[in-house]
Amino acid sequence: MRPGAATFSAMSATVPVRQGLFTDTDPPHLLGGRCAACGHHHFPHHDICPYCASEDTEPAELSAMGRLWAWTAVTHAPPGYKGEVPYGFGVIELPEGLRVITRLTEPDPAKLHFDQSMHMVTEVLHVDDEGRPVVGYAFAPVEVP
Amino acid sequence: MSDVEVAGVGLHPFGRFEGVSISDMGVTAVRGALREAGVGKGGFQAAFCGTAYGGVATGHKVLGALGMTGMPIVDVEAGCASGAAALMLGSKAIGAGQYDTVVVFGVEKMPRGIIRSSFFEPWQEEAGLAATPAYFGLRAQRFMQTSGVTKDHLAAVVVKNRRHGAHNPDAMYRSDVEAADVLASRVVCEPLHLWMLCSPNEGAAAVVLRRADKGTSARHGAAVQLDSAVLRSHLPGAVLSESTPMAGLTDDTLPTPTTLAATAAYEEAGLGPRDIDVVECQDTDAARELMSYEELGLCAAGGAAEMLDAGVTSVGGRLPVNPSGGLLSKGEPLGASALGQVVELVHQLRGEAGARQVHGARVGLAHTVGRGANAGVVILRR
Ligand SMILES: [Zn+2]
Repeated sequence: MRPGAATFSAMSATVPVRQGLFTDTDPPHLLGGRCAACGHHHFPHHDICPYCASEDTEPAELSAMGRLWAWTAVTHAPPGYKGEVPYGFGVIELPEGLRVITRLTEPDPAKLHFDQSMHMVTEVLHVDDEGRPVVGYAFAPVEVP
Repeated sequence: MSDVEVAGVGLHPFGRFEGVSISDMGVTAVRGALREAGVGKGGFQAAFCGTAYGGVATGHKVLGALGMTGMPIVDVEAGCASGAAALMLGSKAIGAGQYDTVVVFGVEKMPRGIIRSSFFEPWQEEAGLAATPAYFGLRAQRFMQTSGVTKDHLAAVVVKNRRHGAHNPDAMYRSDVEAADVLASRVVCEPLHLWMLCSPNEGAAAVVLRRADKGTSARHGAAVQLDSAVLRSHLPGAVLSESTPMAGLTDDTLPTPTTLAATAAYEEAGLGPRDIDVVECQDTDAARELMSYEELGLCAAGGAAEMLDAGVTSVGGRLPVNPSGGLLSKGEPLGASALGQVVELVHQLRGEAGARQVHGARVGLAHTVGRGANAGVVILRR
């Protein structure tokens, strides 16, 4: 996790589910990459472009806003998962030309619709054996005032 | 590749078999195939075994139990297409002149429930991203969005395949179901209900391949030629591809692994989709079968629902799909499922399929696709 304006470091000692997936800025961003050879973005960041095999890639913060492209809900805990069910699960289309597989904060598929405006958030997945909240990334519907 | 023939086939039924080991099931299938082919100890020069969950040296254990070892035994993992990968290796080796006769088999004894896959990283499991049926649900939703397929069509696929499976003594589920009951089964991952998903289970299937000019063909029914056995992986970029990436591109023109495999298989066989009389395809979930109609070129994009509605893909229709009952009736023992399809097609092409016989079938296509991605397409001809 990069040092910076922390949103959840105010809670003591949260840990990301994996280093290097997202920033702890406000708002948070997914940490992807961009390939200078083919111009495509990827997520998570790789040193080698997954599309064209170029090694000319660099890290890139991805847009915090995107649109809902597909969604469902996970109703039974999958293998190795210690958190609560149900939870939303879907694909967000980002302006970088990327579709990202992600958890969704909305677990009821009936409350979501195609092309819905969504933004990235972090959420606590579960609390680990040392009592620390383990944090992952998700997308939430943009509240319409 | 018409110089390779299927000299014999064998099967251990698909289902749940308490107290029967994976080797026991493999022995049943391999012994059956060897018997049909009239091949005994020393009669084949290599063996190829497909399995995804079998563990170390599964093929060796099966052939060891038969007292037939010493030749190369190659264990192959290619997910749902493991058996197709084994078939590709065995048939190409004969085609290249390396061997005259090989045994190709697939075996599996799957754990119960949602399968833990070593494919996912521990952190992906911890984040709830190892939710395999959810990926099927997302894929089904996108397909419905672009194809005109509805939940009623998904239920109709289940009704069709279970109706076929009712006539297959080697299937796990051998009873008809009603569409209303399919739709009343619990939602696993919207839009997929429990009965729209195949059950991982246990089973084994085997074939003996032989160079066609070996002369002793057709000792069991009509001679069946293996015209193509193709395996392909994915091209990068499709987010809902069976390769299960964490992200992909906003590009809907990328050919799928199934299309890549089918295109190569048709070319290898010198045939096209219009030449196919009967299909066994990957119905992991009901939407997956309908997607396969398009990806295999059996219908134009957007034509799957109409093809199903018109009864084209039912036994008695112009192009029956999954006359065996498919994975929705048989269950899916990963390593055995592709060769189970081949066994079914050989019975169909020989005219031995009983109440589920596709009359006059001369050319059959078997299709498997799953994580990796791995897609296998096999074309058989009488
Ligand atoms: Zn690139």
